[in-house]
Amino acid sequence: MVNRKWPETWQEVNPGCMVFEPGSASEYHTGTWRSQKPVWNNEKCIKCGICYIFCPEGCIHEGADGYFSADMDYCKGCGICAHECWPAAISMVEEG
Amino acid sequence: MSKRIGMEVSIAAAEAVALCRIDVAAVYPITPSTHIAEHLSSIVSDGKLDAEFITVESEHSAMSGIMGASAAGARAFTATGSQGVMYMHEMLPVASAMRLPVVMAIGNRAVSGPLNILNDHGDIMMERDTGWISLFAQNGQEVIDMIIQAFRIAEHKDVMLPVNVNIDGFILTHMVEAMDMPDQDEIDRFLPPFVPYATLHPDRPVSMGTFAGNDIYTEISKSKDAALINAKKTILQIWKEWEKLFGRKYEPIESYRADDAEILLLTMGSMGETAEMAIDALRAKGMSVGLLKFKLWRPFPFDELKKAVKGAKILTVIDRAISYGGPGGPLGIEVRSALYDESSRPAIFNYIIGLGGRDVTPEDFMTILKSSASQAKKKAMKERYVIYGVRES
Amino acid sequence: MKKANEQGHLVTDFDLYAPKLVEKEEYFSSGHRACQGCGEALAVRLMTKALGRDAVIACATGCMEIISSNYPFTAWKNPWIHVAFPNAASVGAGVEAGLKTLRRKGRIADRRIKVVSMGGDGGTADIGIQALSGAMERGHDMLYVCFDNEAYMNTGIQRSSQTPFGSSTTTAPAGKVSSGNKRWKKNMPEIMAAHGIPYVATASHSYPLDFMAKVKKAVGIEGPCYIHCYSACTTGWRIPSDSAIKVGRLALETGVFPLYEIENGAYRMTVEPPKKRRPVNDYLKLQGRFRHLTPDQIDIIQERVDEEFEKLLKKIKHS
Repeated sequence: MVNRKWPETWQEVNPGCMVFEPGSASEYHTGTWRSQKPVWNNEKCIKCGICYIFCPEGCIHEGADGYFSADMDYCKGCGICAHECWPAAISMVEEG
Repeated sequence: MSKRIGMEVSIAAAEAVALCRIDVAAVYPITPSTHIAEHLSSIVSDGKLDAEFITVESEHSAMSGIMGASAAGARAFTATGSQGVMYMHEMLPVASAMRLPVVMAIGNRAVSGPLNILNDHGDIMMERDTGWISLFAQNGQEVIDMIIQAFRIAEHKDVMLPVNVNIDGFILTHMVEAMDMPDQDEIDRFLPPFVPYATLHPDRPVSMGTFAGNDIYTEISKSKDAALINAKKTILQIWKEWEKLFGRKYEPIESYRADDAEILLLTMGSMGETAEMAIDALRAKGMSVGLLKFKLWRPFPFDELKKAVKGAKILTVIDRAISYGGPGGPLGIEVRSALYDESSRPAIFNYIIGLGGRDVTPEDFMTILKSSASQAKKKAMKERYVIYGVRES
Repeated sequence: MKKANEQGHLVTDFDLYAPKLVEKEEYFSSGHRACQGCGEALAVRLMTKALGRDAVIACATGCMEIISSNYPFTAWKNPWIHVAFPNAASVGAGVEAGLKTLRRKGRIADRRIKVVSMGGDGGTADIGIQALSGAMERGHDMLYVCFDNEAYMNTGIQRSSQTPFGSSTTTAPAGKVSSGNKRWKKNMPEIMAAHGIPYVATASHSYPLDFMAKVKKAVGIEGPCYIHCYSACTTGWRIPSDSAIKVGRLALETGVFPLYEIENGAYRMTVEPPKKRRPVNDYLKLQGRFRHLTPDQIDIIQERVDEEFEKLLKKIKHS
């Protein structure tokens, strides 16, 4: 999809609507849907990874230091991570 | 070397499928296509063909199954007819849109209701607009040849579309005929192994059958239409090659004693051979008649049709299906439409005949041709179409 | 076996650091267009993680197809095919047959690739049940996963055979003379078990390790397997977007949706609910779709849930 012309002409569409770039949905940024964002308090974080496993977007990643953060390009602000965070290290904050 | 054989056409059809070394068949039993499936399964059971034969629980799953197999890179086949084709209907435009080169033999049969297991073309005509290449066989030899050609056409890189081969139910499927069966070497040379455009494999992940919004659906539809129209060029090439290899000529519209004829009869499927007898009889009486036989229904052979009817005064189109409440039989409608823009065109008559397995004899065609001629003479076409032979009170 | 806690809000003895041991690779990419807090998208993400690379997915029409495959984008990193609504099982069966033949004939590498068909509750239990039953009966080496959000959510929350009793949907709405859906959920795991297939399980996105373990187990089994995965729908159930996990946990703790597996006919509870199950109202009151229910109707549901749970315990005991 990168550098691909859009919208395509009829001669350009892939036969059978096939998509050859696995995971190309990541080019679409769902972060714009968000009205709240998760904020981590690493002092409370126990690095358990529950936020990571429960994220429907798969956009929470573990950093090199073992703490977690969400990729704001994709985070829709659902709040599951904050709700499930066992030590309550994540809070949802209004987008400003 | 081909072998001269005498056998039921369905059995020969299954043998032809086996010659194509298919990988997967998924079939649900429906009269009159069952013998094809039965014999194919016995070829697999005897180890003569290394293939998966899936005994699906419905025609819907038969089509879905071979689509899945084809997407995985397998050469795939099914056979059905009538209600079976209609039960698959949902899948048929998807198969062509996904550009999956599957092949389907259709034992053409009337559609319910009322339930009737005998031949007409009502089933395939309901699937006319699904984007498939559609071939019509007129005898057992053409069934063998077209099934083999179908895989080559479908899988050609310039085509990549599904193909159905129409075989008149009982009249052809259950007929014992003398035919030439090509041998395996010949077919291996003619039909190379399937090289799919893309396959479902983790080494190169592809998403197939994605969702399209209003920003792209029109372009996708146009590309499918163009693919089907362009397929004719490849079909003609492949038919030329076939003729060179096997000496049997295939054309989108085959003509019989038609060159100088003033009155032309146009048929599809097995009626062609019956109609030849009528033409011979009327020619013997000095009537200037000839016969055209449609072999290629989709893509519609516009140019060939225009060329074939040039100079003729009357064109009598025979349909074996009704478009209820419409302007005629499906073939009649399309032929009229195709010739409408021609500056000179024959007077067109449309007869619907042989519904639900009612016999069609040479005498019927003679009556129809004579009636067309006399109506044309009086310049009095009675109706847009006539359901021939219907009892009236 | 993991025990859910009695408070119901959080899982206290969830193997706390286990998520960190889970496969890091994502096979269902960010940028998919599911609603905020979609339980089903989470469940799909977890399934693909458990499947790993060597799987082909055949997907029925539905939410998960629409939100993941808007041409020219795809969220899928596994090879993926969508054909139509009722036939994910038969498309998957065809893929399986195709791969099997090609592997046997040496046309593709000699490596086992698991075929997984998936659909929503409508695509599985209603319009797709014929294709599913056929594929399971024929013994294809495939896994079918039903993502059950208990109604036709993609088309706008219409009732399906998986809609629970008393739930208000757009085609079985609660009204002046109706309390919503009048029928009990059709028992799909039992229907699948009746096919005599080697493995049937229920699962839930709220118990990710349990779900992923079941997917992995099914992948390891040669033959047809079925997993029925509870998938909360924030829109259709009228729950806050942060509540999918919580509601799934309550489904377990009330006994509304127990997590068990049936391996070669033997039943086993995989996540034990608390000894004293929570009242079903704890589950129901959280969701807008049950808001209209009267105490009498809730009692009826409680009775039924208890009865079904006892039946399950008996099957486990006699396994």
